[in-house]
Amino acid sequence: MSTPIFANFHPDFYVERLWDKCIKCKRCIRECTYGVHIWDEKKKTLKEDHTKCVGCHRCSAMCPTNALIIRRHPSDFREHALWTPWFIKNIYKQADQGGVLLTSTGCALPYKNYFDHLVIDACQVTNPPIDPLREPMELRTFIGPKPEAVEVEEVNGRFRLKKKLPPVIRIEVPIMFAGMSYGAISLHVHQGLARAARDLGTLYNTGEGGLHASLYEYGANTIVQCASGRFGLHIDYLNAGVAIEIKIGQGAKPGIGGHLPGEKVTEEISKTRMIPVGSDALSPAPHHDIYSIEDLRGLIFALKEATEYKKLVFVKIAAVHNVAAIASGIVRAGADAVVIDGLKGGTGASPTMFRDNIGIPIELAISAVDKRLREEGIRHRTSIIASGGIRCSADVVKAIALGADAVYIGTAALIACGCTMCQRCHTGKCPWGIATNNPELMKRLPPEVAYEKIYNLVKGWAHEIKEMLGAMGINSIESLKGNRDKLRAVGLTREEMEILEVKHAGE
Amino acid sequence: MPLELEVTPFHYSQVNKIIREHISKGEREFVLRGVNGHRYLFAGVSAEVSAVIYGTPGLDLGAFMRGPVIRVFGSVQDGAGNTMDHGKIIVHGMAGDVIGYAMRGGKIHIFGDVGYRVGIHMKAYMDKVPVIIIGGKAGDFLGEYMAGGIIILLGMNTIYPERPIAGLFLGTGMHGGAIYIRGKVRENQLGLGLKPYALDSDDEKLLESYLKEYCDDFGLDISEILKEDFIKIIPYTHRPYGKLYAY
Ligand code: SF4
Ligand code: SF4
Repeated sequence: MSTPIFANFHPDFYVERLWDKCIKCKRCIRECTYGVHIWDEKKKTLKEDHTKCVGCHRCSAMCPTNALIIRRHPSDFREHALWTPWFIKNIYKQADQGGVLLTSTGCALPYKNYFDHLVIDACQVTNPPIDPLREPMELRTFIGPKPEAVEVEEVNGRFRLKKKLPPVIRIEVPIMFAGMSYGAISLHVHQGLARAARDLGTLYNTGEGGLHASLYEYGANTIVQCASGRFGLHIDYLNAGVAIEIKIGQGAKPGIGGHLPGEKVTEEISKTRMIPVGSDALSPAPHHDIYSIEDLRGLIFALKEATEYKKLVFVKIAAVHNVAAIASGIVRAGADAVVIDGLKGGTGASPTMFRDNIGIPIELAISAVDKRLREEGIRHRTSIIASGGIRCSADVVKAIALGADAVYIGTAALIACGCTMCQRCHTGKCPWGIATNNPELMKRLPPEVAYEKIYNLVKGWAHEIKEMLGAMGINSIESLKGNRDKLRAVGLTREEMEILEVKHAGE
Repeated sequence: MPLELEVTPFHYSQVNKIIREHISKGEREFVLRGVNGHRYLFAGVSAEVSAVIYGTPGLDLGAFMRGPVIRVFGSVQDGAGNTMDHGKIIVHGMAGDVIGYAMRGGKIHIFGDVGYRVGIHMKAYMDKVPVIIIGGKAGDFLGEYMAGGIIILLGMNTIYPERPIAGLFLGTGMHGGAIYIRGKVRENQLGLGLKPYALDSDDEKLLESYLKEYCDDFGLDISEILKEDFIKIIPYTHRPYGKLYAY
């Protein structure tokens, strides 16, 4: 008797075919990358292998007669508050295969989402709200160090700055695109992000997979990443963007490196990452030239020196227990911006235990870091970029009111491109053509579509942010930064409110 | 005529600025004297130039550089050749930790000993094969995570006669490239799953050509080096973590 595969006995999803609508065109067979729909040649009909369905809804969306419904598999286990199907099925998987559970996207456990416990203020009677359609409203944000004070001198009857200001990057919306590597996501998504960033006046981030030759033209809107694997990293790449981000960690997998499996290293990826086709691209957990804050300073200035001080250097970390102290060290090491990626930050592949259990929520991290840097008198020396689980423009407003200068969005941009959060990016089979570089699948999302959707999303958010600022009676995003008075807590403990530095609603 | 520069009074940033200015004016040869802990010399320089350095360069000599050939009469501190792309660093003394980290091309020749974590995550692509040759001994983690390229460890010119030729965790997680060692290492020094192999004739040819260049750089006699047998350490798989996951 062969060993049974327990995981296959209990499918997650149920593919329901409405036979009165199905015209047997076989489109579903072509659309599903997981081989769920099968043509039975003998019986001249369609069958389904429910066990393989990941619930991505590609087939049902593409079915010309709407004959498909994808639902949770109706056969339930007996209810048990502790042993939910999630844990039971994970155990089956590991018992079947032995190994580390792998998943993608961000934390799926229902930890308290602090954004959902914060409400935003608005003007009533005593000061008038501002209508952004009538009056100018500024979302322009400057990323980078600001001087402690500006000294002005008079020369020939004209005033000018005594010292040149340190370089900063101007973005027109406080929303940038998070590092997602070419390899993890398709070239088309990268092209869409780059174009959208240019037209929106913001920045996108290459992630750690190098920069495809077709994207060098977007340099003025590019952050290039320097991660521990140093893939595709050479002097032209460092000089290509306006900032270099040293990636120490990410919210979806703090404390471990990255791993692009050999299957995903195609010809084009191999050229960009500069590694042979089919070989694993392993990024070590640490940068092996960084074992301390002093070493971090070493790399920050190596990068600055190599690029002749023309680029800003960001340092990205996962939000972990001592995030405030670590951020302080990073600022002292010379980082022009600290990127904090919270518990809910997404990824193309992460061990499930890491995604769901390691790190702290971004809201608490932003506030703690902002407070610590203010207390130490070094807040002006850096920008705080918050990342991980920003779902809507109100989340952006709340993040900035808690002390961030700007946010990164990653998952939201992918959802704008059609991602259904099936959480299977690591398979490289993304049926929506997003988290894949399979040439056939990539075609499902052309760069123009990615561009348009991402552009629209941020444009919509930007307008909403202006409306919310106007309602608060503020006409510039700068006045919202760290302005916790514009927030009130609903249903938070004293301690949580202390960390967030917000009052309770009604106070 | 090379540009002669006495760098003692300057900050590293100024030194690099002067170097870059002269490169853009067409200068191709440099002699730096009085180098004493100056960091990042030639970092990110992309030009076919040569330099002779007297003294001890600081952190990250030649980081990210593409092209320069640097000869150091002295020792180098940590990070020399960090993520270097092309060019050469010749060190007449010793070298610190993390030499040639993530190096993707070019050569580093060191006369004496090196510290820990040397050659971590070196990688090769197409005709770019980085090479590190160490005349002395090496600390722990030599060639860890190595994805390509060549490390040759001779163990000859050392100030630590009592120490083994290499430390522990040699080649841990390596999934490309090769490490050649003159003499022997104990198996417990090697990273998980690795084994030493004897050289075949291709290896010998390759080794000889690299060593010839090394000997030319330092005026050494190659027959002296080849008197002892070498072993070779190569990855046991190109997918060391291929079976780690359950989907
Ligand atoms: S396309 Fe997606 S939803 Fe449809 S059967 Fe395949 S995996 Fe399931
Ligand atoms: S990007 Fe694709 S694979 Fe990843 S969650 Fe979205 S739809 Fe699924």
